[in-house]
Amino acid sequence: MNKIVSKEHFSENVVKLVVEAPLIAASRRPGHFVIVRCGEKGERIPLTIADADTKNGTITLVIQAIGPSTKEICALEPGQFLTDVVGPLGKATDIRKYGTVVCCGGGVGVAPLLPIIKAMKEAGNKVVSVLAARTKDLIILEPQVREHSDEVIIMTDDGSYGQKGLVTNGVEEVINREPVDLVVTIGPAIMMKFVALLTKKYNIHTMASLNTIMVDGTGMCGACRVTVDGKTKFVCVDGPEFDAHKVDFDEMLMRLRSYN
Amino acid sequence: MQNTTIAPRDASWREELRKAMTAKERTQIPRVKMTELDPAYRITCNEEVNQGITAEQAVLEATRCLDCPQPTCMEGCPVAINIPGFVKNIQRGDFMMAAAVLKETSALPAVCGRVCPQEKQCESKCIYHKMKKEPVAIGYLERFAADYDRMSEKKSAPAMPERNGIKVAVVGSGPAGLSFAGDMIKKGFDVTVFEALHQIGGVLKYGIPEFRLPNSIVDAEIDTLRQLGVKFINDVVIGKTLTYDQLVEQGFKGVFVGSGAGLPRFMGILGENLIGVMSSNEYLTRVNLMGAGRPGYATPVKKGHSVAVIGGGNTAMDSVRTALRMGAEHAYIIYRRSEAEMPARIEEVHHAKQEGVEFLTLCNPVEYRGDEKGNVKVAVLEKMVLGEPDASGRRSPVPTGEFLELPVDEVIVSVGVSPNPLIPRSLEGEGLKVSRKGTIEVNDDMESSIPMLFAGGDIVRGGATVILAMGDGRNAAQHMAAQLIEQPVEA
Repeated sequence: MNKIVSKEHFSENVVKLVVEAPLIAASRRPGHFVIVRCGEKGERIPLTIADADTKNGTITLVIQAIGPSTKEICALEPGQFLTDVVGPLGKATDIRKYGTVVCCGGGVGVAPLLPIIKAMKEAGNKVVSVLAARTKDLIILEPQVREHSDEVIIMTDDGSYGQKGLVTNGVEEVINREPVDLVVTIGPAIMMKFVALLTKKYNIHTMASLNTIMVDGTGMCGACRVTVDGKTKFVCVDGPEFDAHKVDFDEMLMRLRSYN
Repeated sequence: MQNTTIAPRDASWREELRKAMTAKERTQIPRVKMTELDPAYRITCNEEVNQGITAEQAVLEATRCLDCPQPTCMEGCPVAINIPGFVKNIQRGDFMMAAAVLKETSALPAVCGRVCPQEKQCESKCIYHKMKKEPVAIGYLERFAADYDRMSEKKSAPAMPERNGIKVAVVGSGPAGLSFAGDMIKKGFDVTVFEALHQIGGVLKYGIPEFRLPNSIVDAEIDTLRQLGVKFINDVVIGKTLTYDQLVEQGFKGVFVGSGAGLPRFMGILGENLIGVMSSNEYLTRVNLMGAGRPGYATPVKKGHSVAVIGGGNTAMDSVRTALRMGAEHAYIIYRRSEAEMPARIEEVHHAKQEGVEFLTLCNPVEYRGDEKGNVKVAVLEKMVLGEPDASGRRSPVPTGEFLELPVDEVIVSVGVSPNPLIPRSLEGEGLKVSRKGTIEVNDDMESSIPMLFAGGDIVRGGATVILAMGDGRNAAQHMAAQLIEQPVEA
C-alpha cells in the first residue's frame, strides 16, 4: 500500500500524483518505470517515473485517464492509497556527455522525459527540449522543463501556443540549424515513429522509450515484446529505451491495439 | 532421514500393523480411484477436478503398503519424505501424525500431493511394480493427510527450536523459496521472503490453475509459514528495489535466490507477434493471478474460439484446459513429437482428453498468418515423423515438408522458459557465475560463486518441477544453516 501525498491536475484527464515509495525513490534512475495497481481486482499498469524525492521518500507519477484502470488511479485523492507500487523496473537511460541532445516529448510523455532532461543537462550536454501537444492546455511541466533546458520549443497542433505544427517540425528546426548528437523521444508510439523516420534521414542517433502493454513488468509474460533490429525484445527487461531507428513501430502500434 | 523421524519403522505400532495382515492379503486390495468432477461440468467452472479420497478409502489404500524394510519409494522422492512412516500413520487412523511426518521434510505437502509427478517419482519405485500391480497411491494419500490436517481445528505444528537471531533473506516466494523458508525458520533463523509480484506463492499462484491447485491451498501453506514466523514482503524486486549489497548491509547473513524461470521462450517464427499469440506465462498470469475473465476484475484476456496451445508439457495442459474453461469451442494441443514423448503428467493428458482437448501430435508450427488488423487467423503446421533419439533420450521430430493450415484465433506458446535475467544481471559486477543459458551456477551445496549467496529451483535448473525446486530449497537450507552455525556471526 502506497499513500498518495499530493495531487495536481495538469488538465482534465492528466493528473500528477506524488506517492510514498521510499525504496523506489532511493533506487530509481532516469528512464525507470514502476508497475502500479489500484484495488484488489485492479490491473497492473506500467508508469514511467517522472521525478523522485529521496528526502521525503516519494516518487512522482503522471497519469492520463484513458481506460477504466487509469481513470480509477486519477480519481485517487491525497491520503488514499495505491494498492501496489513495484519498481524501479527496466534499464536506466544511458546518461553521458553526448554534446547537443534534443529531448522531444508528446503529451504525458513529457513527464518521464523530465528526469532525462535534468540528467542530460547535469552530464554537461546542451539540451534542447521540444514539447508537443494537441493544444495549449495539454502542454505539461513546461516550467520544470525550462529550468533544466538550454532552450525549449513548444509545438501545438492547433497553434494555440508556441508554434503551430508537429513535434517533428520542432526537431527538424534544431537539426537544420545546428549539429545534434542525440535525440531522445517519449510520447505516443505514432509520434515516436515519425521522430525516428525524421532523424534517420539525418542519421542522428535516437533513443525512444516504449510504452507497450505489460502484465508483470519483470520479464515473465512477454506481453510487451517488440521487434528491434529484427529480433524480439522485451520492453520491461531489455528496455524500455531502444535505438528508435531499429524499432518496428508498425508492429508495436498493431500490438497496442490487442485489447481494443 | 528415517533415523530422525517421529515415525520410525521399528516403532511397536508399526510392527503390529505389519503383523496384522499378510503381504498376500494386502496386495489383493485394488488401488483406490480418485473421485473426479464430471468433465462436462468441470469445464464450465474453475473447481478443482480431483476431489480427494475419503478417510475409509485412505485407510484401505494405506493398508496396501507393505512397509518394506528398504522403502524404494523414498529413493524416488526428491525430498526423501518418510513415505511408509506417514502411510502407516494413515492406516492406524492417526491422520494428524501422518501430516506431521510429511511436515518433517516437506514445506508444502498439500501442494505436492496435487502437483508432483508421483508416477515418475515415489510411485514409480513402489514394490508393487515388481508384482505387475498398480503402485500404492502415495500422492493421493499425501494429499489426504495434508488436507485433513489443514481442515482440522488444531493443526499439527512442527516443533520449534530456539531462535538464533541470524537473519536470512529469500528472493522469490515460489516453491523453492517457500521450502527454503520453511526449513530455515524451523532451524531457528530469522527469515524474510521478498516477492516481486503483489501476491505470495510464485508459480503456484500465477502459473498452476485453480482447477488443479486451488489458491486457498497455497494460502493455507503460506499462512502456516507465517505463523511459524516467516516474514513476507511483496512488491520488492531484489536487484532493483533493493540490491544484494543492501540486503547484506541490512544484516542478512545469507541469501537464497529462488527467482524462477522468468522469461518465456518463443519459437522465432513468422507471425509470432500477431495479436492473439502469447506465452503461456502471459495467458495463465492474466487468468490465475490477475483474475481476468472473472466478474469485477480489470485485467482483460482474449477468449478465443479456436485456441492452439503449442507444447506438450504441464504448462501446455494447464493453458489448453484454461482455454476450454474460458469458453473455447476448439482447444488444441500442438506437439511436435508423439504422445509417448510428451513431458506432461499422464493425469493431465488424461484430464485434458476427457474435457475435449484435441491433440494434434507430430505437428510443428512454422508460421502464423493474420488478418489486415493483425489478429492471428491461421496456424501453419508442418507434419513431423519420429527419428532417432536425441540428447533428451526421446525420439526426435523430423520435418516431412508436408503442411496443414489450422484456423485459430488465439495461440498460446508453451515451449519452455529461460531463467529470469533480473538477479543475474544485477550481480554481473559482483562476480556471480552464470551459465551460457543464464542460469546461476551453484555447487552441490547450492551455493553460488558469491559466498553465502545460494540459489535453487528454475533459476538454477532452467525449467523443472515444483518438487525439484522444493528439494533445492531444502538442500540449500541445510548447507547454509550449517555454514552460518559453524561460523557464528559477530554481534
